[in-house]
Amino acid sequence: MATAVVTTERENYLNSDYGVRSWLLTTDHKRIALLYLLSITFFFFIGGFFALLMRLELLTPAGDLVQADTYNKLFTMHGQIMVFFFLIPSIPAVLGNFLVPMMIGAKDLAFPRINLLSWYLYIFGGCMMLHCIVTGGVDTGWTFYTPFSTAFTNTKVIEAGLSIFIVGFSSILTGLNFVVSIHRMRAPGLTWSRLPLFLWSTYATSIIFLLGTPVLAITLLLLIFERAFHLGIFDPTRGGDPLLFQHLFWFYSHPAVYIMILPAMGVVSEIIPCFSRKRVFGYSFVAMSSIAIAVFGFLVWAHHMFVAGISLYSALFFSILSYLVAVPSAVKVFNWTATMYKGSISFSTPMLYALGFIGLFTIGGLTGLFLAALGFDVHVTDTYFVIAHFHYIMVGGAVMGFLGGLHFWWPKISGRMYPEAWGRLAAAIVFIGFNLTFFPQFILGYMGMPRRYWQYPPEFQVLNVFSTAGSTILAVGYLLPMVYMLWSLRYGKIAGDNPWGAAGLEWKTASPPPTFNFDETPEVTWEAYNYDEIPMPEEVSLER
Amino acid sequence: MVETFPLWPVQASTIAGQLDLLYVFLLLLSLVTCTAIFTTITVFAIKYRRRHGREAEQIHGSIILEIGWSVIPLGIFLVIFAWGAIIYFHERTPPRDSTEIYTVAKQWMWKFQHPEGQREINELHVPVGRDVKLILTSQDVIHSFYVPAFRIKQDVLPGRYVTAWFRATKPGTYHLFCAEYCGTMHSGMLGQIVVMDPSDYQTWLATSRTFGSLAAAGQSQFEQLGCPTCHRFETQGRGPTLNGVYGNPVTLEDGRTVIADENYIRESVLNPGAKIVSGFKNIMPVFQGLVNEEQMNELVAYVKSLSVPPAGSAGNPTLIPPGTQPQHPKE
Amino acid sequence: MSDSPIALEHPTELQHHFADMEQQKDASTFGMWLFLGTEIMFFGGMFAAYLIYRRWYYNEFALGSRSIDIWLGTINTIVLICSSLTVALGVRAAQMGKRKLLVILLLITMAFGVAFLAIKGVEWYQKYEEHHVPGSSFNASDIVSVGQKYGIHIDQGHSQIYFSLYFALTGLHALHMLVGLGIFTVLTYLAWKGKYTPEYHTPIEIGGLYWHFVDIVWIYLFPLLYLIDRKPFH
Repeated sequence: MATAVVTTERENYLNSDYGVRSWLLTTDHKRIALLYLLSITFFFFIGGFFALLMRLELLTPAGDLVQADTYNKLFTMHGQIMVFFFLIPSIPAVLGNFLVPMMIGAKDLAFPRINLLSWYLYIFGGCMMLHCIVTGGVDTGWTFYTPFSTAFTNTKVIEAGLSIFIVGFSSILTGLNFVVSIHRMRAPGLTWSRLPLFLWSTYATSIIFLLGTPVLAITLLLLIFERAFHLGIFDPTRGGDPLLFQHLFWFYSHPAVYIMILPAMGVVSEIIPCFSRKRVFGYSFVAMSSIAIAVFGFLVWAHHMFVAGISLYSALFFSILSYLVAVPSAVKVFNWTATMYKGSISFSTPMLYALGFIGLFTIGGLTGLFLAALGFDVHVTDTYFVIAHFHYIMVGGAVMGFLGGLHFWWPKISGRMYPEAWGRLAAAIVFIGFNLTFFPQFILGYMGMPRRYWQYPPEFQVLNVFSTAGSTILAVGYLLPMVYMLWSLRYGKIAGDNPWGAAGLEWKTASPPPTFNFDETPEVTWEAYNYDEIPMPEEVSLER
Repeated sequence: MVETFPLWPVQASTIAGQLDLLYVFLLLLSLVTCTAIFTTITVFAIKYRRRHGREAEQIHGSIILEIGWSVIPLGIFLVIFAWGAIIYFHERTPPRDSTEIYTVAKQWMWKFQHPEGQREINELHVPVGRDVKLILTSQDVIHSFYVPAFRIKQDVLPGRYVTAWFRATKPGTYHLFCAEYCGTMHSGMLGQIVVMDPSDYQTWLATSRTFGSLAAAGQSQFEQLGCPTCHRFETQGRGPTLNGVYGNPVTLEDGRTVIADENYIRESVLNPGAKIVSGFKNIMPVFQGLVNEEQMNELVAYVKSLSVPPAGSAGNPTLIPPGTQPQHPKE
Repeated sequence: MSDSPIALEHPTELQHHFADMEQQKDASTFGMWLFLGTEIMFFGGMFAAYLIYRRWYYNEFALGSRSIDIWLGTINTIVLICSSLTVALGVRAAQMGKRKLLVILLLITMAFGVAFLAIKGVEWYQKYEEHHVPGSSFNASDIVSVGQKYGIHIDQGHSQIYFSLYFALTGLHALHMLVGLGIFTVLTYLAWKGKYTPEYHTPIEIGGLYWHFVDIVWIYLFPLLYLIDRKPFH
């Protein structure tokens, strides 16, 4: 590893200006992406710490490590932090912010100052959440179900709700920026059919941001009013309907799952062609499946409510639509697999994450089919089966995608290579740790262990011990990249402009890119993923 | 529980077997799918790994493949949908002539009222081989009635009745969990379902303390609250007579017709002005806050007893869409 | 960013990252339309709640609606429609480069906006006097007795749901009006400074879009909240 001090370094977005002000007042989308990277990493480790405490508590059937109320706060805040402060902003706000303008060949997003504003909204909401946690926290579950949240708990529901309300506007503004930029600021020649698939999935995600998040905002606002002024809108003793809250909540929070998984799918759609040296198989089907997922994703919310007391007919309706939304997801998996056919495949860290993604997402998706089956859902909903299922999607899918993408674009972001051997090791540890943590939970769920249980009957213990053991391995797997990526900032090998030999406009500029991304506005005359025209650089390891 | 490390929950109801069958099917399907996909990926990864002098072959896609791998999964999905829907329909349709047990959930306990008058807390005794319909309501927040051995779960909502049913097939003691998060001691809101042989059950009924039948308790409530002043039986009072009301359509003042189910009776007591029977005035006092959930259950049981022999007494109109009939489970 | 070397070659209104004025204008306008789309979803959540409860508790909604002063509502509707007209004329003035006219029209618009909020305030005060503000002091016994006159049963809890939605909807609408007034204050100041020309007046256009949107929300709120059932019963 060369620790070369390059004296005549080119001017780029990192060294063009120094000092705290130049970061906190930046309107450069790449710097804002790094601000987001730091903030979501912070929240990821807080949320992860809560998860570890929960897993430790569940090591024994009795509630012995923490109090019941503490445990209830732990899973609530784990959920709220991971969903609203890590997963939802993770890929869109970090990789999306960094890549969208470069992938479309623009100098910046359409509204750079609004972009900065959305980071400040995120930080403001985040500080509020931290304040809420430090001064007592919330114990309603991340779902805030009424009437418990409005009339029974005495924890800080209003503050937590408000912080999520605020961070929601950060998502809305990010989505707005992406949609406008992708529509209006593409480089000459970059038609819709030439867009990288990451942009298609980011576009689909942004649509959900725009149409879903406002509904969450108003729902939380009504919840806050209800709790503060006892309006009665969700209060059964005053004629209100607690199920209305669930409908409104899931109208956003189900599509929110696709906010998390779609960008990860986009990342995988970039990585697999690059390391297979092939155009992605069935480009237009992969692109359209993202849009289909975003659209159908809005029509399946009540499948979270099959035992909540909704009518038989609406249950049937939402069940069948849930199967429809599974089709585009399956199409993606098949197309990624087919992309590898007759490729020239190498196994750098990003590719390992992408393959891990396919595996875990397939399991997560298949168990989704279990849950969408009405009668089956009755038995396993609100048990660990559901916990395992959505962690396979959100952690096995979204987080694997995020880490894969971070490794893939790290040379572009930092100008340095991360240490490859460590990268592969961490990917393997994450994969093993993840499966050990969450696979036993499928069995636990079918056995009947309900979620959000502080103590549990002793027959569930063995599987819980497996799960807790896995979670410690997983924690190591997540700490490793943070360490070696920080290390690589100073000691990593200098990356060239295009170390992977990847297609895409972002690789046609320097690493790290200059402040305005391109010296001249590029003109696109080629199709996406033209890997037949790009040689694989020699540095990428050969497989024997 | 004898086993210390079980991997499969006990089957103790008629639904459990049906559900496990679907589970096995889904497991096999997943196994086949995963094996196919993972093997393909592994084979490709090995066969097409990067080597000197071998270029990737550019393939753009195949419409036939795309249609194939969209339509075939969709077909399989629809089979799963139908299978799941059939079980669900069965789960939500209590058979006629079920034994009706009223259940009140509250933070953090379960209270049961048997039709014969027995009351239990956190423990429910039922006989093997009898259809049991639970009429559930909550006194505070949302809870969820979950018996893994029976594979049934139903959220219990405050302010209204929901139902669930099961037919136990195997004597034993099974967990009852609260499955919807309900506050501090959510994980302590446990109960036991004790399934007994019919003869043991009869013994249990005979020896356990009773307060008189539920309907009888309801009748004394009815009299104490002064209801008979208006709701008379021989002559028409100022309120409608309640004979044979339950389970039958009622024409309302505004011309609508509703089926008088448990929720209708409940509403008519707690908030009588909501649905006025055609031809009557809105003069009945509001009983919201004057009767608690258990007394409410007794009143409902009493009004229902006035419709015996019933026109579909065990029917559950709140959860069954109009036009469908309660069905008998297959033996 | 204006001190970057690239920006110097462009007109001063053109931000560095846009290729030309047209692209910048397209992006801003499109952005505002998208934002208004999110606003529809925002109000949509409450409209959903409104529709459900109105269907369930029609009598309470109808009588609650009658207790609101229809004249104040009507005057407010007229005020807002007039303000939309002055905004539209203002955009026209900006297009033609008539600075003074633009400033005057913007000021009139803001005056209409303030008038709307003042009338709204009077209406809310009436409701406060009548104890119709949801919360611990809520009391709808007057509505209950009106109901008795018609032989209709009124549940106070359900009545409170109507007033909760009334205050939530009109309150959030008023909040949007306040934001609009803030935007228009800035626009007026910049217009007075001569910032807008026939070539560059996008902020006036998208500010106008926002104002029209807030008007349209009111056009829906007015019948939904004030005109549920005004004709005498039976």
